[in-house]
Amino acid sequence: MPAYFRPDNLNEALALLAEEPVTLAAGCTDLFPATEAKALNGPVLDLTAIDGLRGVVRGSEGWRIGTLTTWSDLCKTDLPAAFDMLKQAAREVGSWQIQNAGTVAGNLCNASPAADGVPPLLALDARVELQSAKGTRVLPLGSFVTGVRKTALQPGEMVTAILIPAAAGAGISRFRKLGARRYLVISIAMVAGRLVVEDGKIGEAAISVGSCSPVAVRLREVENQLLGCRLADVAATVDADMVARALSPIDDVRGDAAYRTTAAVELVRRTLADLAGEAS
Amino acid sequence: MKDTPAIALMVNGKPASLDAAPGRRLSEVLREDLGLTGTKVGCDAGDCGACTVLLNGAPVCACLTPAIRAGGADVVTVEGVRDIAERLQDAFLRHGAAQCGICTPGMLVTASAMLRETPRPNRAQVEEALGGVLCRCTGYAKIIEAVMDVDPVSIDANPANGGAVGAAMPRLDGAAKVDGREIFGADYVPDGALLVRAIRSPHFAARFQLGDVAGWAGDRVHVFTAADIPGANRFGTIPAFVDQPALADGFVRMRGEAIAVVAGPADVIEALDLSTFPVNWEPEAELLRTDQARASEAAQLHAGRPGNILIGGKVLCGDPKTALDTAAYRVTARAETAYVEHAYIEPEAGAAWMEGDTLVIQACTQAPVMDRDETAQVLGLAPDQVRIIPSAAGGGFGSKLDLSLQPLIGLVTLKTGLPSRMAYSRRESMSSTTKRHPSTMQATAGADADGYLTAMVFDGDFNTGAYSSWGPTVAVRVPVHASGPYKIPNYHAEARAVHTNGPVSGAFRGFGVPQAAILQETLFDDLAMAAGLDRLAFRRLNALGDGDRTVCGQQLFGVGIGDCLDALAEPWQAALAAAKGFNATNTQTKRGVGVASCWYGCGNTALPNPSTIRLGITADGHLRLHQGATDIGQGANTVITQICADALGLPIADFDLVGPDTALTPDCGKTSASRQTFVTGKAALLAGQALRTRILTRANLGPDAVLSLEAGQIVVTDGAQTAHIDLSSLEPDTNGYVLSAEETYDPPTVEMDENGQGSPYAVYGYGAQMAEVEVDMTLGTVKVHKITAAHDLGRVINPLLSEGQIEGGVAQGLGLALMEEYIPGRTENLHDYLIPTTGDMPEVQSILIEKPDPEGPFGAKGLGEHVLIPTAPAILNAIRHASGARIDTLPALPHRVLAAIRAAGEAS
Repeated sequence: MPAYFRPDNLNEALALLAEEPVTLAAGCTDLFPATEAKALNGPVLDLTAIDGLRGVVRGSEGWRIGTLTTWSDLCKTDLPAAFDMLKQAAREVGSWQIQNAGTVAGNLCNASPAADGVPPLLALDARVELQSAKGTRVLPLGSFVTGVRKTALQPGEMVTAILIPAAAGAGISRFRKLGARRYLVISIAMVAGRLVVEDGKIGEAAISVGSCSPVAVRLREVENQLLGCRLADVAATVDADMVARALSPIDDVRGDAAYRTTAAVELVRRTLADLAGEAS
Repeated sequence: MKDTPAIALMVNGKPASLDAAPGRRLSEVLREDLGLTGTKVGCDAGDCGACTVLLNGAPVCACLTPAIRAGGADVVTVEGVRDIAERLQDAFLRHGAAQCGICTPGMLVTASAMLRETPRPNRAQVEEALGGVLCRCTGYAKIIEAVMDVDPVSIDANPANGGAVGAAMPRLDGAAKVDGREIFGADYVPDGALLVRAIRSPHFAARFQLGDVAGWAGDRVHVFTAADIPGANRFGTIPAFVDQPALADGFVRMRGEAIAVVAGPADVIEALDLSTFPVNWEPEAELLRTDQARASEAAQLHAGRPGNILIGGKVLCGDPKTALDTAAYRVTARAETAYVEHAYIEPEAGAAWMEGDTLVIQACTQAPVMDRDETAQVLGLAPDQVRIIPSAAGGGFGSKLDLSLQPLIGLVTLKTGLPSRMAYSRRESMSSTTKRHPSTMQATAGADADGYLTAMVFDGDFNTGAYSSWGPTVAVRVPVHASGPYKIPNYHAEARAVHTNGPVSGAFRGFGVPQAAILQETLFDDLAMAAGLDRLAFRRLNALGDGDRTVCGQQLFGVGIGDCLDALAEPWQAALAAAKGFNATNTQTKRGVGVASCWYGCGNTALPNPSTIRLGITADGHLRLHQGATDIGQGANTVITQICADALGLPIADFDLVGPDTALTPDCGKTSASRQTFVTGKAALLAGQALRTRILTRANLGPDAVLSLEAGQIVVTDGAQTAHIDLSSLEPDTNGYVLSAEETYDPPTVEMDENGQGSPYAVYGYGAQMAEVEVDMTLGTVKVHKITAAHDLGRVINPLLSEGQIEGGVAQGLGLALMEEYIPGRTENLHDYLIPTTGDMPEVQSILIEKPDPEGPFGAKGLGEHVLIPTAPAILNAIRHASGARIDTLPALPHRVLAAIRAAGEAS
């Protein structure tokens, strides 16, 4: 029987992680589907008994989403409107069953181009805290997920938290997901948007698109163009070519590349229109 | 062996201790170690929710939960639900929310958790809570209704004597489906059973040589290959075309084809890495499309089938060429449909054991007698040396008509003498079992100046995949039905079943007719519009009526299509007006309305398909109905008993059901072709009437006498006269009955000639559905708001179950129209292959119409397949009405709809 470790403190986990390659297990909602076996292939380091890694904590520098925080935990946490998009995404992750088990951090580590958590966390300027027996480092989310199923995790490292800076807690936000059915669906395209509105004008914009490139992306060019824009004009201001330039969609069973670009542009416009409606 | 401490937990309120690997799926532990088989395994990937349990009150997929996580926790399975959930079980029964029952435990457990948080949920809350549990039978409507109606209600479920037919009674076999006791294919494990797994081809076409199999296996693993098969290594559903090896011998024609099985103790077999099985593959070029397979230089999959054509079907009447040339209006169109997966939530599973010299196989199936005969052939046994006990089937929809694991576990048990068992993985189920035929079709239709149809030609290639299965049935059925239920005096239709290296296409609810209807009904919209007629009025004008002849020259009576279309007239006008009003003020989305008809011949196409029903009363007064028709959720157990009860004149409550079981029940044929209510129902009617006659003769009372079955006697009352038949004084027959009847019914049909002229079916059913949709003009997404479904059942035996069939058929039709596309090798799971969830279903309004059939029992007609046929074309016609998009390649995924919207915009 393969080794199965389930330590109850982080130091022990990091020590184990330093010793040998292990599969890190949290919600297991991606690990089990990857095998037809009746048990997880080992060796496994199960993090779920470790105290202090679950839940969202507000500190002086911002929010800390512990690595064992599930999507359901997140939904039940009182958070400012800037997190609405993350909560909306949470309710689109798989199903209630999946949301009760799957973790936000696991969604990042799985590094699917269609990960529902990545666009809203990008728009929250999320950073990822990595720990190993040697120490701790923090990476911007955009540098943590490096490709399809690829992350910057080094041997011996694990994600211990997702960090949201205090400044990103400002504004209102919205998430839109497009799929070929209502529930339990992998996105064709998705958009997360956060706006800070000052005197009826856009003071800050954070917009990201998922499922339209190997890793979800922020639309920096579009965001810059929106700065200072009147609320009523935001949706119309979005330039389709500008959105398309940021994306590199593929053809797959869910949709073709050209459609994904069209859909992304439209979702960006609708997300902004929703936010403008909410703010006015 | 185990080096971890036992896991202590609470299961259903009681302490339990598990000696299991920490990383083992909780679903396996609950089922295998604790015997709690109410928790079902549908996908092992979190895609179906069937295994949902409560972990400390929260619903989770047990298949995604390592056993160790249950340590110290409180786990609740369907067997242990209390309070709200018990009321929910009643509500599920009362509303007909369980059909096959395989999703029911997951639905109940999930809903119970929601009701604890939200005791009075609204519809949207229920849809969201249940969005992660897939159901393939019900279309979710009755499940959602049940969850919103859990207040205790006391109803007398059983109708009184003489009132069974027409009663909306709950299904007779429902209790076990809602409390987790039902035994599906994977739920019975004989003591000491060997676990069986199959080695399957990763290639679409390949030759192969086996290596050192014995060395690879070691002493604890049995391996069997084609060389071990004692009989003819060929099976198939239609005797003239039997061609599929149980285990491939030297070459494979499709991905997923089995080349060997391994069997042994579960822990040993589970631990095997089957990818290391010693086999040398030599892949060959594969043919996946019918145009490739029909090309002159294409390799031939089977000897004696030139051009890779398995068989063609044809119907010809009148002079269609001349009629089209002279038609006032003429339209032409094409359509292409995809492989569609049955996606029942229960993967194929079963067990085998020996009883003396008899090989017993208990597995999910739709066709026990065919399973017996085909398995016996492969294993070199006489049919009476094989006994098939159908387990509950967790959905079938046509695919479980074919053999799957029966010859494999049968071989293992026959060779080893030991019990064996097997459960397909989701990937194995999807890659190796049958599909709906992909089709490439074109058709032209013409009408005269008044809008009467004058002619139609239809031609279609149906991709039948690597082996024959039900390809011949599809090729023959399609030309008969491609006219739709309309009068067409000049007609020529041909359909071919074409072999490719794709998955085997077999039976799937409608046998090719849904594909043909997609082209024909969208084409008729074209024609109506060309003729300047309202689309519903055009259909009504051309609908078959009593005394009319079909394109096969068959004269029909009891034709209900006109009634179905008439029933839609008011809703049609209202929906058109509503769409117009909506569209006047909305630009982002547009609404549209579409209509489509169906007809469908019940039973085999001009071939015998008898059913036999036995009915008997024991000396101690038990009434037993030997009901051999497999109930795969559609309700045969209930409906056939309802028919028999009223024919005999005793109440439902007096009946004990026996079977199905090839050792106990006479042959009721297969559950397919919408034949069980009609054919087996007719046999049940005849058997009931025969037994009644015997009783009345013995009592010497008249035909209107009232029967009652009391302790040890039958009391017969006719007005003032009463007779008592003392059962204990009568001599039992060889079956143990003192009074009994056994009757066979075979529908009368007339063979078709070379032009398809004849009477292929004794009974047809009819229907028409109207779809109301909203299309997003920029994203191409489609939301179906409502389906109004009018179906002629001849006589409604059970309105509750009939509505359930309609709602479930609509769900599958919606999936066919909008999202379902099986791509071999790419969508072998339930997250890449999408079927509708709770949130995708429209409101379904059923209109049940009774235009009695002269032949059917109490006038009844079949319904099971009819309900799916009009849905997809009605939706496509509504999409076009809303947006101008004419979709000719299914499914209508958003990118295809958007492309069609743009194409329509450029054309106009």
